[in-house]
Amino acid sequence: MKSWRDTGTVRLTMLLITVLLCAQSVQAHVNKREGVSFLSGLEHPLTGLDHVVAMIAVGLWGAQLGAPAIWVLPVAFPMVMALGGMLGLLGVPLPGMEIGIAASAMLLGAAVMTELRPPLALAAALVAFFAIFHGYAHGSELPAGESGLLYSLGFVMATGCLHGVGITIGVVHRWKWGQRALRVAGAVIALAGIFFLWKAVA
Amino acid sequence: MTRVCLRASRMLFLIAAVFLVLPLRVEAHLPTIGVGPVYDGIFHFLLSPEDLIPVIALALLSGQRGARFGRRVLWIVPLGWFGGGLLGMFAEAARSSALTCVSFLLFGGLVAANARISLRAISVLAAALGFFHGYLNGTSISRFNDGTYAVLGLALAVFVVVAIFASLVVPLRRQWVLIVVRVAGSWITASGLLMLGWALR
Repeated sequence: MKSWRDTGTVRLTMLLITVLLCAQSVQAHVNKREGVSFLSGLEHPLTGLDHVVAMIAVGLWGAQLGAPAIWVLPVAFPMVMALGGMLGLLGVPLPGMEIGIAASAMLLGAAVMTELRPPLALAAALVAFFAIFHGYAHGSELPAGESGLLYSLGFVMATGCLHGVGITIGVVHRWKWGQRALRVAGAVIALAGIFFLWKAVA
Repeated sequence: MTRVCLRASRMLFLIAAVFLVLPLRVEAHLPTIGVGPVYDGIFHFLLSPEDLIPVIALALLSGQRGARFGRRVLWIVPLGWFGGGLLGMFAEAARSSALTCVSFLLFGGLVAANARISLRAISVLAAALGFFHGYLNGTSISRFNDGTYAVLGLALAVFVVVAIFASLVVPLRRQWVLIVVRVAGSWITASGLLMLGWALR
């Protein structure tokens, strides 16, 4: 049996503490809006409820499906989302973006509600398809004059964290009451998707 | 044995004391001179995500493959960085956006895929990463008076970052923690794709 000192977690914690204790100089005027770029990227997925519910739904669905979907879906989503973001940055037209985002919440919510168990490749393809619309929205809404790299890092990390929230909530799936609660959560997400769809077409 | 240890500690203490009493020039106004070229190099690397993140990705990749790979990368990347930096100091300034995208996509993708790459292949990739990023760094610091020291600082920072991240990953055994590493790789790839869009815009 390994000693607790040998675990990566302890090393990671020590590293984190060291980084936090490092004294940093504070610049009154942030150069090239770099710090702002990271923060605006980080908050961008959190400011739209349509993004938030869809990404949490991906995590919930992954947790319901279990391994390997629990990590394949959250890995596939940011990568394909970035592809959508690239299309948005390049200005490639993508019609029906808002409808696609609303449909993602609706269908992913429905998948969680019904505990749909398609083959892994189909689940990943479905998630990846919707990721393009979310990425496109982020990419086309990049504020002018901000650092593309730091903005990208921020919004990819925020998206990943939202999946993480979904997966963490999905841990309750191991209990009977938890399975029911997840289905209810899926229904709420699907209803939210219907509302977003109504707003998109209205 | 104890006597040998005692003698060694006394010798070490003596050397430390000699260094401490050496008279050195004191700069009263540090902001006017910066923190010196070595620290400039170190801070430049640590504050440049376009350089730092590919190195972290490579360190994660070497850690995924094991200690032998980590040890190899630990030396090759800083040496490549130092060599490339020295060469870059004599060259014209170059744009780095395309290379940065390739580094993010390649190394992030390999980490996400948990690629079973050979020791020879990772050595070549590490040398290429170190050399090209170091070269680009070198082109931008050529106007500094003590450019060589700045390049040395860059290489030292690269060494430390590779050592920390590779050694964090090597002992990991739990499946979910290994998946977290792969997720980090996917995030790096995703950022690379977005940067590509940004570069082509």
